[in-house]
Amino acid sequence: MSNNASINGGVGSGISHDSTKKHANGTAVYVDDIRVPENALHLYAFPSPHAHAEITAMDLSEVESADGVALVLTADDITGMNDVSPTHSGDDPLLADGKVMFQGQAIFAVAADSLNQARAAAQLAKISFKPLPAILSINEALAQDSFVFTPQVMAQGDAEGELKNAKNTLSGKLNIGGQDHFYLEGQASLVIPQEDGDVLVHCSTQHPSEVQTHVAQVLGVERNAVTVEVRRMGGGFGGKETQASPWAALAAMTAQKTGRPAKMRLVRDDDMIMTGKRHPFQISYEVGFDDAGIVTALDMTLVSDCGHSLDLSRAINDRALFHADNCYYIPNMRVTGLKCRTNKVSNTAFRGFGAPQGMMAIEEVMDQVAQKLGKDPLAVRQANLYNASNNTTHYGMVVEDNVAPEIIAQLKTASNYDKRRAEIEEFNANNEFVKKGIALTPLKFGISFTTKFLNQAGALIHIYADGSVQLNHGGTEMGQGLFTKVAQIVANTLNIDLEHIKITATNTGKVPNTSPTAASSGTDMNGMAAKLAAEKLIDRLRQFAIEHYGVAEGDVKFLPNRVKVGKQTFSFKEFVNAAYMERIQLSATGFYATPKINFDPETGKGRPFLYFSYGASVSEVEVDTLTGEAEVVRVDILHDVGRSLNPTIDLGQIEGGFIQGVGWLTNEELFWNDDGALATHAPSTYKIPTMGDRPDIFNITLFDNENMEDTVYKSKAVGEPPFMLAISTYRAIWQVTKGNLDAPATPEAILKACGEPS
Amino acid sequence: MANNVSLSVNGKSVSASVEANVLLVDFLRDNLGLTGTNIACDTSQCGSCTLLLDGLPVKSCSLLVVQADGCDVITIEGLASETVLHPMQQAFQDNHGLQCGFCTPGMVMAGIGMVERRRAAGSGLPSDEEIRSALEGNICRCTGYHNIVKSVAQGAKTMLQGEG
Repeated sequence: MSNNASINGGVGSGISHDSTKKHANGTAVYVDDIRVPENALHLYAFPSPHAHAEITAMDLSEVESADGVALVLTADDITGMNDVSPTHSGDDPLLADGKVMFQGQAIFAVAADSLNQARAAAQLAKISFKPLPAILSINEALAQDSFVFTPQVMAQGDAEGELKNAKNTLSGKLNIGGQDHFYLEGQASLVIPQEDGDVLVHCSTQHPSEVQTHVAQVLGVERNAVTVEVRRMGGGFGGKETQASPWAALAAMTAQKTGRPAKMRLVRDDDMIMTGKRHPFQISYEVGFDDAGIVTALDMTLVSDCGHSLDLSRAINDRALFHADNCYYIPNMRVTGLKCRTNKVSNTAFRGFGAPQGMMAIEEVMDQVAQKLGKDPLAVRQANLYNASNNTTHYGMVVEDNVAPEIIAQLKTASNYDKRRAEIEEFNANNEFVKKGIALTPLKFGISFTTKFLNQAGALIHIYADGSVQLNHGGTEMGQGLFTKVAQIVANTLNIDLEHIKITATNTGKVPNTSPTAASSGTDMNGMAAKLAAEKLIDRLRQFAIEHYGVAEGDVKFLPNRVKVGKQTFSFKEFVNAAYMERIQLSATGFYATPKINFDPETGKGRPFLYFSYGASVSEVEVDTLTGEAEVVRVDILHDVGRSLNPTIDLGQIEGGFIQGVGWLTNEELFWNDDGALATHAPSTYKIPTMGDRPDIFNITLFDNENMEDTVYKSKAVGEPPFMLAISTYRAIWQVTKGNLDAPATPEAILKACGEPS
Repeated sequence: MANNVSLSVNGKSVSASVEANVLLVDFLRDNLGLTGTNIACDTSQCGSCTLLLDGLPVKSCSLLVVQADGCDVITIEGLASETVLHPMQQAFQDNHGLQCGFCTPGMVMAGIGMVERRRAAGSGLPSDEEIRSALEGNICRCTGYHNIVKSVAQGAKTMLQGEG
């Protein structure tokens, strides 16, 4: 509805996202919903039954002659490169070539008229293996110097020397488990062959350009022969950043070789077995502190289990290091990152990208220090916060936008922390078996890809002569509301109602060389690119008005849904049509490269982030020390999203991120057996939070703030940071067990930590 | 061996000859083009494929078409016209009761199933706790369920009392 006072759906309006109605009535189309031609082929990849083995013989003749089978693909059939490693490390073969590196690795693929036929045929393979010794844990990898990359160190001051001088010292270890993404829509690709041997790839991916790159590389063609399109994903969480390529590449090979459309959708068990997860970490530390609980020195090592290949593990482990300070100033700090190679599926991006593990490490240290001194853990945390004079991180970046102290103070009051903590102490004194715990943890999360070249984004906007607008950019929609936020930004910039802006599928043919929708940067970067494109159009239209109507620049005003030129007022549609008739270009691209950032891995110093997002949460838990069951009874969150572009979407991200984090730290346990097989490969054994797990009291408030950096409408990124708010839940449980608690804090782990009742 | 089946899908009679091992969800998606019912876990754990079979919510990824012979099937596409949403669908739209939307059709169908059971039992409006308990077999990975519970509560109220 056009309105003279203001536009509908601009920046700041809390509208639900653009596809809500289509999701509610079942008409939103995911890759698996695209109607395929009758002659389409369906693929199945045969997973390795061994964690590490040589393939000594392979006879696939019975597979080839099975019912419905059109094609069988092995490493020998790859015309281009047999590699889909995201950083071109060459250690991620699409199909195993002579040896297998993890249980679940694709050895060959079958394309048949139906998925059932492909699966049945694959079972007829005759493969001989010579099992090799497998490395299945961080400790085994450390003992054998098995790494995917060199260590990284970040340091300031003299940790070693100051540990010797410290009044008090402590050392400890913490094991942190991984996490399966469990996006509801599994990996899926549909490839339609085009003329000249080109391929159109419909893929559920957060990184269309990388899928394009990998498909081209595997087919041995230039990237211009491959178009990747993504309208939406049924969840991503990092799991479709690098993990979508293999299936797209296998389908593309099939399409290229047969001339038939080819589809590959992993069934859930295969998806969980064959695709990478969040990295398990092992933390060890030595900390020095004074009697007030001020940390004077810290030497910490963060070891990640990367699985069999590099994938994104370097940047992930680095991000753990970047966040090992969280909100705390530690004058003498050394943190070392080690990246272990094991014979497991290659671990990959997952919301937080290493930062959750880094923060878990430092929050463990804070609680250990508080416990040792018998102090309130929150008081110790507050005493160590960055402040105006102590504001340099261990990687040399100055913390200029620190709002952690205010957030903590506000949340402490709003949640009645002191009073509740006293009540809990009393409760615990009077109850032998059921104990309560409460914890407040803050977070500071760096925004920008730490891999500098990824901090670029493009957008493409067309205004048609009827005043309607088509919007495209390099970001992908996975439910986080990116498409809606960027459209709101364009609506604001053009000053027209949101309903005139058509959101279109991400397509490598429209905006090229895009970065993954990751690192929480989707809106920051694509929103800014779209804003710049819209501003170009406004500038052109203004210039047209000045010249065509002979008015001064100040006499052209873009009002809501209309344009005032001198004394005349046109509707936006009339004005645009007049510009079209005068041959004004109504299409523009926008390009954004994040400013100010740099980091030198050699020195471990730089400014890797444009800014930080902040937040804090308080969790209260009730633990049955006889069964190990923990219930989260109340959560209060205060979170900084800068000036919110859309409070409804932002609150949804905060709530969802928090609950996903609680899953990681409590219910979700990945269990590998002694042969290196993932035993928890279905929701029957791998437990993500359900509706009943939501805390009874759950208060979420947006912190009143604006980004001091020049971000799009002064907003801040929101995708990943809230995930780490869940650390307060784990810390609250730890308050009950008083240590010895590995993550996830499953009932089993809690019971173990509580020990035998006396 | 092919079997002849007849069932009603969204009010239309459907007769087909299907193999005994064909799942209901595959039949709906592949043969009838009703792709609103989603497949997520393949093992009836997550609820994404929930639909109504003779008025009761069932998970169609672990039900054979032959088991639905003679039954009345309602999918997400069968709830409303193109323009007007069913009150439960409308509630999900009104309350931002979704993010990626993959679980939404299953949530809507499970929500309706719960309301219809309550209507039959005369048990009135559900509490938030009853909603959570009734929909615990439907999982969502994006939200923290808050807006889903809110949506189902609004949908239930409209369905049972005819108001928003």
